[in-house]
Amino acid sequence: MADVRETKLPGVGVRHEFTTDDGRVIGVLVHHDGRREILVYDSDDPDACSSVVGLSANDTRTVTELLGASRVTEAVAAVQQEIEGLAIEWIELTPSSPASGATIGDGMYRTRTGSSIVAVIRDGQSIPAPGPEFGLLSGDVVVGVGTSEGLAMMRELIRR
Amino acid sequence: MLIAAGSADAALAFIEIGALILGLAVLSRAAGRFGLPAIPLYLLAGLALGEGGVLQLDVSLEFFEIAAEIGVLLLLFALGLEYSESELREGLRTGTKPGLLDMALNATPGVVLGLILGWDPLAAVLLGGVTWISSSGVISKVLSDLGRLGFRETPAVLNLLVIEDLAMAVYLPVVAALIVGGSATATAVSVAVALAAVSLILLAALRHGRRFSDLVAGGSDETFLLTVFGITLLVAGVAQRLEVSGAIGAFLVGLALSGKTEIRANQLISPLRHLFAATFFLFFSFQIDPADIVGVALPAIGLAVVTVVTKLFTGWYAAGRVGAAPRGRLRAGTVLMARGEFSIVIAALGASLADGPELGALAAGYVLITAIVGPLAAKFSDQIPLPARLQRRRVVPAPAET
Repeated sequence: MADVRETKLPGVGVRHEFTTDDGRVIGVLVHHDGRREILVYDSDDPDACSSVVGLSANDTRTVTELLGASRVTEAVAAVQQEIEGLAIEWIELTPSSPASGATIGDGMYRTRTGSSIVAVIRDGQSIPAPGPEFGLLSGDVVVGVGTSEGLAMMRELIRR
Repeated sequence: MLIAAGSADAALAFIEIGALILGLAVLSRAAGRFGLPAIPLYLLAGLALGEGGVLQLDVSLEFFEIAAEIGVLLLLFALGLEYSESELREGLRTGTKPGLLDMALNATPGVVLGLILGWDPLAAVLLGGVTWISSSGVISKVLSDLGRLGFRETPAVLNLLVIEDLAMAVYLPVVAALIVGGSATATAVSVAVALAAVSLILLAALRHGRRFSDLVAGGSDETFLLTVFGITLLVAGVAQRLEVSGAIGAFLVGLALSGKTEIRANQLISPLRHLFAATFFLFFSFQIDPADIVGVALPAIGLAVVTVVTKLFTGWYAAGRVGAAPRGRLRAGTVLMARGEFSIVIAALGASLADGPELGALAAGYVLITAIVGPLAAKFSDQIPLPARLQRRRVVPAPAET
């Protein structure tokens, strides 16, 4: 991670900034009242900001979400855009789920529902394209792709 | 008391107060349109309407007198409130040198001019205060309107404001005690008492501010607002009784609040402060005869020219210390030029002196100029040509190759 520099602004808040791999400087100013501003420093005058965008608490969540989004979401979202009628669903395994402790092959999901498990998210890490020998654990989030009816059946099998 | 005085009087008072405050609203809107602070417009309005002007207030004069007094108290309360203990400590640690330069460069021209005009030394010292302190209200608004809060030179500007704030904690009580005056011993005693009270409260605020804040805090917004407003007025009144000056009392209450309580107090009091402070600016220039302003126009302009340059240099130096390039140093210098609310407060403190009316007129003219020139200079500072030798770009560390 890049070095993040912190500067206190009396009466205003705290500013954090860092230099990107491209050599640009960007920062975030957090006001005492919780408002945030994204600062993009000018490449000609490195003391000045070429643009400043104010963010409400709600906007901040959105930006965090966008920047932190997993790659699987991006990839699957792209697929969804191309094929009409195809749906994606995120299904979390509860401790009581019959699927936990079993492999994907054991569940025979494709045969029974026509939908495929294209990824598993475990501890925040995404595991793309798991094979039939892949063992599911409670707390995993299964990413399924198929028709909405098929996905409803898959949810039924996993969450029951 | 107004209502009891009969409905006809009350109706007239409502009309006068309402019309004046609505007038202030129009001015504030107009100022906002041009990206200027409203203070100079309030002052102009007061000059036009007040003594020797076109309008005579009938029944609401009493109301405006007391509202203006409350305005001073709330301005100083907010000045005390503005910075948290850690910000004050940090300011003291890093900002002493620029702070001293700030005082030497900017207070001196005022004091010297006062003496040249043949004023009483105390009035000259007050004029020094008028030229010394930048307007934190105007400056923070300009910085945020121009989107410059994130700029590299901004911490230097804000730290300078913190130091001025701290300096005022010593300056104001001392001059207030001197103004009250009396025999040499009595004055010495009241100066000592004022200083002791300030250091005690400052120390208590730094060490135990949280406990006092916790005591006041809690409850609904309504309870909290009433508590803070009540304490501020009460302490100010007692201080006035003890001949320390009510404004200092309010300042100390602001200093003593810290942490979350401070932020909340700021949010809740600021609408009240806007209302009463606007009244104060209006009423301050209300009492100035426009003919007096014309009389002091030349000294006011001269003083403004000199201190605009000295502030520019102060900002240049302070921003240089945090590593800003010439462009940024120029921005810091221009944004600091604006004087405003506290210069007027200082001049108002000296109203009772023999040179008071002249001091008031000069301060009004001076603030009128600097509060307009400062924000404009800040806005267009990037268009000011810099000498070629200062235009070199600073070396930016090359991005690491991967």
